[in-house]
Amino acid sequence: MNYLIGLLSIVFLGLAFAVISKSAGLSNKIKGGENDGTPLDSSNNTNAIGFIIFWLLGTVGGVWSFLDSQPDFLPVAASEHGIKTDNMFWMSMAIVTLALFVTNTLLFFFAFKYRNKRGNEATFYPVNHKLEIIWTIIPAIVMAVLVFTGWRTWREITSPAPSVSEVIEITGHQFGWYVRYAGNDDNALGNSNYKLIDDTNSIGIDLADKNSFDDFTATEIHLPKGKPVLLKIKAQDVLHSVYLPYQRVKMDAVPGMPTKFWFTPTMSTDEMRAKLNNPDFNFKLNCTEICGRGHFGMAITVFVDEPADYEKWKKEQKPFLTLNPTYLDKVPANLKAKAAKYIPAEPVAVDSTATEAVSVN
Amino acid sequence: MSTTHSTVEEIHSHGHDHDHDHDHHELGFIRKYIFSEDHKVIAKQYLITGILWAFFGGALSILFRLQLGFPDMNLEWLKPILGGWIDESGKLDKEFYLALVTMHGTIMVFFVLTAGLSGTFSNFLIPLQIGARDMASGFINMLSYWFFFLSSAIMFCSLFLETGPASGGWVVYPPLSALPQSMPGSGLGLTMWLIAMALFIVSSLMGGINYICTVINLRTRGMYFSRMPLTIWAFFFTAVLGLLSFPVLLSAALLLIFDRSFGTSFYLSEIYIQGQALPNMGGSPILYQHLFWFLGHPEVYIVLLPALGMTSEIIATNSRKPIFGYRAMIGSMMGITVLAFIVWAHHMFVTGMNPFLGSVFMFLTLIIAVPSAVKAFNYITTLWKGNIIFTPAMLFSIGLVSLFISGGVTGIILGNSALDINLHDTYFVVAHFHLVMGAASFFGLLAGVYHWFPKMFGREMNKTLGYIHFWLSFVGVYAVFFPMHYIGIAGFPRRYYSFTALGNNAEAAFTDLNAFISIAAIITFSSQAIFFFNFFISIFKGKKASQNPWNSNTLEWTTPVEVGHGNWPGEIPAVYRWPYDYSKPGSATDFIPQNVPYSATPESNLPEETEEIAIEKDIEGLLSAQNEVYNR
Repeated sequence: MNYLIGLLSIVFLGLAFAVISKSAGLSNKIKGGENDGTPLDSSNNTNAIGFIIFWLLGTVGGVWSFLDSQPDFLPVAASEHGIKTDNMFWMSMAIVTLALFVTNTLLFFFAFKYRNKRGNEATFYPVNHKLEIIWTIIPAIVMAVLVFTGWRTWREITSPAPSVSEVIEITGHQFGWYVRYAGNDDNALGNSNYKLIDDTNSIGIDLADKNSFDDFTATEIHLPKGKPVLLKIKAQDVLHSVYLPYQRVKMDAVPGMPTKFWFTPTMSTDEMRAKLNNPDFNFKLNCTEICGRGHFGMAITVFVDEPADYEKWKKEQKPFLTLNPTYLDKVPANLKAKAAKYIPAEPVAVDSTATEAVSVN
Repeated sequence: MSTTHSTVEEIHSHGHDHDHDHDHHELGFIRKYIFSEDHKVIAKQYLITGILWAFFGGALSILFRLQLGFPDMNLEWLKPILGGWIDESGKLDKEFYLALVTMHGTIMVFFVLTAGLSGTFSNFLIPLQIGARDMASGFINMLSYWFFFLSSAIMFCSLFLETGPASGGWVVYPPLSALPQSMPGSGLGLTMWLIAMALFIVSSLMGGINYICTVINLRTRGMYFSRMPLTIWAFFFTAVLGLLSFPVLLSAALLLIFDRSFGTSFYLSEIYIQGQALPNMGGSPILYQHLFWFLGHPEVYIVLLPALGMTSEIIATNSRKPIFGYRAMIGSMMGITVLAFIVWAHHMFVTGMNPFLGSVFMFLTLIIAVPSAVKAFNYITTLWKGNIIFTPAMLFSIGLVSLFISGGVTGIILGNSALDINLHDTYFVVAHFHLVMGAASFFGLLAGVYHWFPKMFGREMNKTLGYIHFWLSFVGVYAVFFPMHYIGIAGFPRRYYSFTALGNNAEAAFTDLNAFISIAAIITFSSQAIFFFNFFISIFKGKKASQNPWNSNTLEWTTPVEVGHGNWPGEIPAVYRWPYDYSKPGSATDFIPQNVPYSATPESNLPEETEEIAIEKDIEGLLSAQNEVYNR
């Protein structure tokens, strides 16, 4: 398909060459007696026509390439705020494309129409305050409208998360994501501390905090459809950035400064698969802040489940403490009894792979 | 160069008649062409260094475009040049890819579009257009270039390090840039990057101080601020921007040097890397971003304003019309200059910065669109009812306006924090700033070279080659950057070696388009060879230029074809009018240079100008005072 663009551009370049070589031939002819005081040469008209050809082919190429690329754009937003920002995006796009088209058209058209003609004289027209005021005020009003709508949406998106939100912690590291859920019992994440990180406890879960006991980690992200989700975002080593393209979510992960973003997924993975007619489709969480060699592959798979499926999946997960009972040693004496509940009667083998997120490279 | 040389000498000897003390000593080759204090020579030094850097920076982009456009291509054939950076499977090394992206950005933004553009034309045009014999301090001016040269040399050497040059993106955000263990490019390569940038800043500041002093103090008699060409206004605002913002970048770099080498924690906190918890606590990577973008955003205008200034001059001259809304043009540049300082955090909407700040910066950012729009409208109106002559410079200027609009409008979308959430750090941003800042400013640079080449070298560049160069570049730039918006809308992040990890087999979606962009980039880059050839051949073999080849009004065209030291062999001309009296009704010629008094043009004077004849005597009376300045 896009070979057509290539073809188009070759035609375009060919045209440019044709125009130029013609003018080159002409200008060679008159080289001798050129010095009539003006820098004018015989290519003036061809250059002027060039702008009209450029305008024509540019318009056709712009429209066609847009229609051709459209199927590959991100599909309908899979989150509540994403639908709003998408609408705003396309509305703004319409406005600025119109502005772009009109101003470029005037530019090229004037360039063509007012090309030098013998005997013509330019109009001495240095200023017109009325015109200037008009074209200062019109953009100002358009901007004011855009700012206001943008500001309202931005304020909604960045408002405090509802208290019923599912809390999920995402930690970026070179080059992957660790995920921690608040657990099945208290929906509260326990503390963590980077100094507690070791080979097994790769997030540095602080087991001196009783909220940590039921926290579990996962190698993939599950989100409930239709329920607010609060991402608590951290980074261990360098900057990373959480990007959920289909949910229109982006927030940097900053070492030493936890960030957050809350949103409500509106489409489950199955629904998106059906919509895209692609049974293998999966949502991804990518990194969008340069973080080193493996930056481009730093992704984790995201599943948006129906609320019931989500709850079921959650119930199946085992707390970190259950999988790693030796960490009971780190629990302070007064909380040992509380923590013991999460220790299986028959100690299971330490499963360190469960905490390792997908690592690339 | 020898002919230039001898003619310069001739003019020198003419100059002696008029008794300028500073002309008396003869300079040796080294003082004349290498450690020169002459603003024109320094300008040429900046220009040629800038052109060489531009080709180098462009070539780097072609390398990573090969990877992006043809991810399966075997690059074995590059082994002789890149050696170990091509791995066993014939692929570009992943870290080297990031190094390419980083160095392309650094070179283009700082070394080409700041030094090459501002350094060349501020140096060349300020004294010539305001009527001064040279810069306020020739010595500082010379130092400015040589600091830039030193900075260039260090940056260039860093490319050949075994661990590679700086690779963390041109913004070199810590902690990636602060921790050598996070990537090899953050080792010695980044140290050299920081040293080079520190020297570059010193160079910029010396240049900037000089430009400001010269514009304020050395204007010839009658050259009121209200009569200055828009080029000079643009250089003046650019210098002010640089002077106030570059020191902030220096502070950011210094703190980063401390963090890297002296164990401080300005930007580092709670880091666990490669099995080791670092002791640093309490720093903030966001602090660096604030400091960086406090320069980084004005930098956009440091790059763009000189291009817009030159375009104003070139469009007015070649439309044979006054620039429309001279005062509005100055006002909007002033507005841009002021606003440029208070929009920086729009680069940081999704860094976790307080969302309230995001709202404030969104508001301020969208305001800056208004003066920019006014400028675009004024350019278009200047063309209206003109009598346009399409010189290569004029073509590039019109191209600049088109690119400025096409790239600028998407800024309205990116400046909206709610929309920036999805678009931040995607190809949409790459497309936006390459059009509005990269390509537009580069077109300004080329327009300036084509327009002032006759003044620089006393010869003309070949116009036909100029036309071919323009059309290939113009079509090429649009072909490269326009489709890039689509990739951004599809959510492709920038600085990705490949797109294999995106959902929905997205990497397959734009393979054709990416290949197309790469081909277009290669064609566009190759077509710059036409310019390279035209430029260097014309210096020696070009057609001899006339004194005022474009029939322009500004003072530089009143100097001899081969401008000597001190610029005017006789007295510096006085200025009696603004620089845009083109096609004035009643006048026999379609241009009246600035040094023509109103008393000489009674047929074309407007009523309020006739009144100014009375003060012409006063202007002439300033001659001895002006000469005094140079004889002190």
